[in-house]
Amino acid sequence: MNHTHDHEHDHKHAHEHAHEHGRNDLAVFQHGRPPVDRSAIQGWGADLDRKNRPAYPMERMPQRLDAPLTQPDPQAQHVEVLVSPERPHMTPLFGSPQPPSGLSGVLRRAAFKTTENDIRHWLLLLLADRVNVVEGLAEDLARGHVPNIFAEMGIKAEWEHNRMGLVKKAAVVAAVAGVGYYLLKRRNDH
Amino acid sequence: MLAMNYRGPYRVRADHKPDPVIEHPGDAIVRVTRACICGSDLHLYHGLVPDTRVGTTFGHEFVGIVEEVGSAVTKLKVGDHVLVPFNVFCGSCFFCQRELYGNCHNTNPQASAVGGIYGYSHTAGGYDGGQAEFVRVPMADVGPTVIPPDLHEDDAVLLTDALPTGYQAAEMGDIAEGDTVVVFGAGPVGIFAAKSAWLMGAGRVIVVDHVEYRLDFVRRYAQCEVINFREVDDMALHIKKMTDWLGADVCIDAVGCEAAGNAMQTITGPYTLMQAGSATVLHWCINSVRKGGNVSIVGVYGPTFNAVPIGNALNKGLTLRMNQASVKRHLPRLIEHIQAGRIDPKQIITHRVPLEEVADAYHIFSSKLDNCIKTVLIPPSARQTRAVAATALN
Repeated sequence: MNHTHDHEHDHKHAHEHAHEHGRNDLAVFQHGRPPVDRSAIQGWGADLDRKNRPAYPMERMPQRLDAPLTQPDPQAQHVEVLVSPERPHMTPLFGSPQPPSGLSGVLRRAAFKTTENDIRHWLLLLLADRVNVVEGLAEDLARGHVPNIFAEMGIKAEWEHNRMGLVKKAAVVAAVAGVGYYLLKRRNDH
Repeated sequence: MLAMNYRGPYRVRADHKPDPVIEHPGDAIVRVTRACICGSDLHLYHGLVPDTRVGTTFGHEFVGIVEEVGSAVTKLKVGDHVLVPFNVFCGSCFFCQRELYGNCHNTNPQASAVGGIYGYSHTAGGYDGGQAEFVRVPMADVGPTVIPPDLHEDDAVLLTDALPTGYQAAEMGDIAEGDTVVVFGAGPVGIFAAKSAWLMGAGRVIVVDHVEYRLDFVRRYAQCEVINFREVDDMALHIKKMTDWLGADVCIDAVGCEAAGNAMQTITGPYTLMQAGSATVLHWCINSVRKGGNVSIVGVYGPTFNAVPIGNALNKGLTLRMNQASVKRHLPRLIEHIQAGRIDPKQIITHRVPLEEVADAYHIFSSKLDNCIKTVLIPPSARQTRAVAATALN
């Protein structure tokens, strides 16, 4: 923490502020701005000087971080990791959970045959995500776990905080189901 | 360990999963003590980000205690209390050398447009996130920052993403003294962008949203003017009227791909995925800012295309800047701001929820129930640690 720096800055700022009083009045006239009581706003102007802003300039060389400037050693790869054709080399670091599998995996591998510049890449991945949801349900059932979908969607919170909304949604669903059942039944009766 | 588990759009649960292990000599395993749900997690939760695989653990905002370190880790020690920036970054690649840690080129083989992010789909590297009891943290000597003893843990967890992202949003707006700044979105990032605009000398800060309790909060917390966009006919026209027909100097998009407010955008975006979410706020920013003004975008958009009024941006001579926040770059200054009392981030936390109730926590945040601004998840192991500490004190 650099108290000295802050103090100097605050002093400089107050000084500039007094000088620029006239300019601020002009700004109000030009821009329809109501005057703001800056002293009432905690920290107002602490980073008015761009040099106090951490991302000034946009790209800063060299970096201030004390980090090794050597390429990290490669991570050992135990699972399949898909690699973008737009950066064809495996990165030294990557996430390894949830490797591609099943039908969604087939779709994901197909997606990675096209570049990020190709819309098919992203649309195939979105399709794979939807297929993966069904696979997830099947996986749950296969290991004897029947997922409580309502609980997973936060029905307890909905009941506690939006009871009327939940009742309305339930009524709408029941009404739609009822009308559908009635129409189907009538059709079958004919 | 217990961890959040994504099962599909709008469906998550807390499940037992295998503990993470050291996979690289530079890794650490961190025992999570706090993890937030971020507004951008909702884009994953709603199924809008490609390559979000079932079984993933979300969570890119977390703090915790170092439990184990790899053989190459020299600076970080077991027992250190750390905050972990949401970016997974190496510190040594072309981009990191330029302090663009959000654009690291060494941590995500699966896409070139984005670096690695904890718990943010395989498009962002396929790392599991921190809404769990334990998390793998690569490049442990580079990413994590030891939390200063006088910094509250709740402030620290907000330094992992929400505050630096809001701050960077304001910074990319290149705010000058007296500027009129309009922030679209009164979520945590929008709130912090508004606070940061004052730090940078804004003369007027206006926040736009449609949820009254969020507008009430931002009015109190960030001393801003507010607009409920449901109450105005045309956003750009309204801003022009408020600014003597010139437009705002700086507009900030702190919403991203799930913006409400335009039926056509909603239908072609989130509902049918004909574009990568609704670009409503981008339209409002470009059309509300003055000629020659700055538009800053930190709201998350998907990688596919959006219908954006780029012709207006061209004709108005705008500067558009956008990025994922390079958190590590901002930390020293933001810690100074907190320690000097210029900003008190933890005040935005409205909900502290046990990790076991993650499904309800997501639903409350997503549906904006119970006046929720920011939710923190607390894993059972963190709660046990606190109980032991309390017993020892007694």
